[in-house]
Amino acid sequence: MISQFFILSSKGDPLIYKDFRGDSGGRDVAELFYRKLMGLPGDESPVVMVTTGGRRHHDGRHFIHIRHSSLYLVVTTSENVSPFSLLELLSRLATLLGDYCGSLGEGTISRNVALVYELLDEVLDYGYVQTTSTEMLRNFIQTEAVVSKPFSLFDLSSVGLFGAETQQSKVAPSSAASRPVLSSRSDQSQKNEVFLDVVERLSVLIASNGSLLKVDVQGEIRLKSFLPSGSEMRIGLTEEFCVGKSELRGYGPGIRVDEVSFHSSVNLDEFESHRILRLQPPQGELTVMRYQLSDDLPSLLPFRLFPSVQWDRGSGRLQVYLKLRCDLPSKSQALNVRLHLPLPRGVVSLSQELSSPEQKAELAEGALRWDLPRVQGGSQLSGLFQMDVPGSPGPPSHGLSTSAPPLGLGPASLSFELPRHTCSGLQVRFLRLAFRPCGNANPHKWVRHLSHSDAYVIRI
Amino acid sequence: MPYLGSEDVVKELKKALCNPHIQADRLRYRNVIQRVIRMSKLDQWGQAEVLNFLLRYQPRSEEELFDILNLLDSFLKSSSPGVVMGATKLFLILAKKFPHVQTDVLVRVKGPLLAACSSESRELCFVALCHVRQILHSLPGHFSSHYKKFFCSYSEPHYIKLQKVEVLCELVNDENVQQVLEELRGYCTDVSADFAQAAIFAIGGIARTYTDQCVQILTELLGLRQEHITTVVVQTFRDLVWLCPQCTEAVCQALPGCEENIQDSEGKQALIWLLGVHGERIPNAPYVLEDFVENVKSETFPAVKMELLTALLRLFLSRPAECQDMLGRLLYYCIEEEKDMAVRDRGLFYYRLLLVGIDEVKRILCSPKSDPTLGLLEDPAERPVNSWASDFNTLVPVYGKAHWATISKCQGAERCGPELPKTSSFAASGPLIPEDNKEREQELPDSGALMLVPNRQLTADYFEKTWLSLKVAHQQVLPWRGEFHPDTLQMALQVVNIQTIAMSRAGTRPWKAYLSAQDDTGCLFLTELLLEPENSEMQISVKQNEARTETLNSFISVLETVIGTIEEIKS
Repeated sequence: MISQFFILSSKGDPLIYKDFRGDSGGRDVAELFYRKLMGLPGDESPVVMVTTGGRRHHDGRHFIHIRHSSLYLVVTTSENVSPFSLLELLSRLATLLGDYCGSLGEGTISRNVALVYELLDEVLDYGYVQTTSTEMLRNFIQTEAVVSKPFSLFDLSSVGLFGAETQQSKVAPSSAASRPVLSSRSDQSQKNEVFLDVVERLSVLIASNGSLLKVDVQGEIRLKSFLPSGSEMRIGLTEEFCVGKSELRGYGPGIRVDEVSFHSSVNLDEFESHRILRLQPPQGELTVMRYQLSDDLPSLLPFRLFPSVQWDRGSGRLQVYLKLRCDLPSKSQALNVRLHLPLPRGVVSLSQELSSPEQKAELAEGALRWDLPRVQGGSQLSGLFQMDVPGSPGPPSHGLSTSAPPLGLGPASLSFELPRHTCSGLQVRFLRLAFRPCGNANPHKWVRHLSHSDAYVIRI
Repeated sequence: MPYLGSEDVVKELKKALCNPHIQADRLRYRNVIQRVIRMSKLDQWGQAEVLNFLLRYQPRSEEELFDILNLLDSFLKSSSPGVVMGATKLFLILAKKFPHVQTDVLVRVKGPLLAACSSESRELCFVALCHVRQILHSLPGHFSSHYKKFFCSYSEPHYIKLQKVEVLCELVNDENVQQVLEELRGYCTDVSADFAQAAIFAIGGIARTYTDQCVQILTELLGLRQEHITTVVVQTFRDLVWLCPQCTEAVCQALPGCEENIQDSEGKQALIWLLGVHGERIPNAPYVLEDFVENVKSETFPAVKMELLTALLRLFLSRPAECQDMLGRLLYYCIEEEKDMAVRDRGLFYYRLLLVGIDEVKRILCSPKSDPTLGLLEDPAERPVNSWASDFNTLVPVYGKAHWATISKCQGAERCGPELPKTSSFAASGPLIPEDNKEREQELPDSGALMLVPNRQLTADYFEKTWLSLKVAHQQVLPWRGEFHPDTLQMALQVVNIQTIAMSRAGTRPWKAYLSAQDDTGCLFLTELLLEPENSEMQISVKQNEARTETLNSFISVLETVIGTIEEIKS
């Protein structure tokens, strides 16, 4: 049971506060939470906190919170509840608020206070969850979302409507999906859109000798639908998609994942035979499928790093030569690549020689940051960095052991995005809608594939 | 009243859980439960609530129990972690008498838990890690093959990294120890000093089992000559020497030279203690201590001075010639110039002790140490699943058991105030059907006049105290050959209501176990099982708090039967 729910901005200002059971202090609980959070020692977890001491009626109150786009979403409870359910509820609330207000953020929340309270009233009653389905809630919600500025997509789709440009550009602006699901109640023409994202997170650990220690892919198929609810759709996945180590499909190497879980609304009748998912999605966001894959990647890793380090302990000179090879197919590219290399303490100067002008490297917070805005598949980039480490510790007796890298150097970690690429190889073959729109144009279907790094670590 | 999707569900649930007529009829009850859990309108929140309610029903028979488990099976496959964990908890509690079912459930929940551990949401990840640790306490090998999932990544927040290091420390086994240690070694040079120190302590924890490898890594770390690393390594050494005396030699060789890199109080204390206790094996021990004595005036921590006094006196006993002079100086300083009363009193105490004579000092300072193997009483190696099943999927594992105990103590005091009004008919706690006592009694083995009381929980502290205060009432040797499975023995003993207080890990030599049992008149039986490495026999010593031969004899016969049975199963 939830006693209170509140949303704090990143600075601790309460944006939303709701008391469900009246069994607890009052508004200052939010302030108490923020003070506790800020005063927490580094090694303690802030996820679950309890109030003890202090004012009597605050005692034994558990705070459970998530951080979502720089907001704190907090519930308090005085019972020993299931943390999994509560965290799930919080993230569901975050998605729900996103669905209704467009994107979630301090600005949108403070513009839509009335809507948020209305939603909370319907979702939670006396601290118990009533429903979180967008479908049921839309019957009760009357307030319209206040949107800060008209979306560019509005203009874009109206262009299509009036025939000035019949074939729309193949790519939707990235902000297209972040608009309220139910905002334009009157304007039916805006609604016929559906976004399907295949997103994979890649975590990799490579040993200093180049051997692969760990590969882990966490994938999700996310659907954001603006279609009227109840319209059926079919999502076709790659036919060679196999689940588990033993299953064999097709003649090629196949696309293999270790584990799959589906949303409960997905109909799997055709999954076994044709790898087709059938579902009737409600409006709003929905995670259709989650899958994991570890250790056994069908394609090459996107990046390899070849470092060489020269370290002269006597003069305190450190020279790092990094060669980064991108093993993607030559048509794809990686965006926003950033290499982060922790350096020994007290590094001062940095001189660099980079292989192309658009790259940038700088020292930040005791680490080297090498930014590569765009890396084409199959290309190879390099950077030579020279640094001074003054006052390096250690007696001169060890001065000759230049081969050992100094303490605090590495491991290097990479962050990047790979648009139109999935590491597991899973692709959406098709997305078909069974419903016939009354009158206006065919619904727009946007399918995106994206991989990004979760932790791509290379030991040096 | 929680909203459970629709009125029908609520009606069915009420029927199922509150109507005695339906509960009396197994088939009808089954149908109701089936209808409830098949309700298509139930969303994940409703499912979680239903699972919560079902916790309070106790099935009448085994058949019914497995029936319910089969019906609920689909919940374990749900995509919502809250539902999966709720189902797991229910299964663990329902199957409390069937350890193999529990293990089976925990195997099935592995996938969802691991997925949550690598989830994008940090908070979910943290909670899942806490539950993984909880499971590891009972099934140490459970996640061993997935150790790579618990490697830390650079961008994770501190509290998740610390949890992961703890998990790594607990799941280590023969196959993965090399990789885990390599990974932990990488963390030791992390930029964050706190995290580096946590990693070093973790290596120290693993060193209790894999001593040689760990001591080697720790020694290499000393070579880095970093203050924050050296101090923690030395503290780890101190604990290690105490718990695993066999590594003393290696530690003593590593120590020289590290005094230059220790500045903080904890590290200094550890180093001084090591120098004092094992000074006879470290050639330059007196000279290092001499440096400390020289600088004692500028020393700010009283604890370090106390440690220095004791260490120097100990070293004086083994190497008198080198230490006499500086011991005199130190005592003089402590008595005449020291401002801290505790240090001064300690100095005076040692001075007077020395006046009595060197033999008396030896008798007091070098008296036999307590048996370190009794130390295993401190952390019972493996806790049965049933001890935490009711805490699963609650806040208890997230806070940690110790922290939770203090919280609930605070709350207990708080709750004396006006109680909140009960809001729903479901809120009444406790089982709805009183437990059937007759069944319980029938399960007890028929062991003559002896009636051992089930669930007699004895704390390790109390056991240790009682054990040391009693005399051995009976000693016996039973034949014993070959390998050993402590789990089997523990399970078998539980069946006859003998509680295992502590037990060495499988394969340890000498192997020890401490058991306790109590009969219905309150007479306590404390038992030690000892398996010497070379002998092929098990030595049993029994202590009793009231001398009664007939009960003692029947207790020993029960014990013999159990051990005999296991011996048979094995061969």
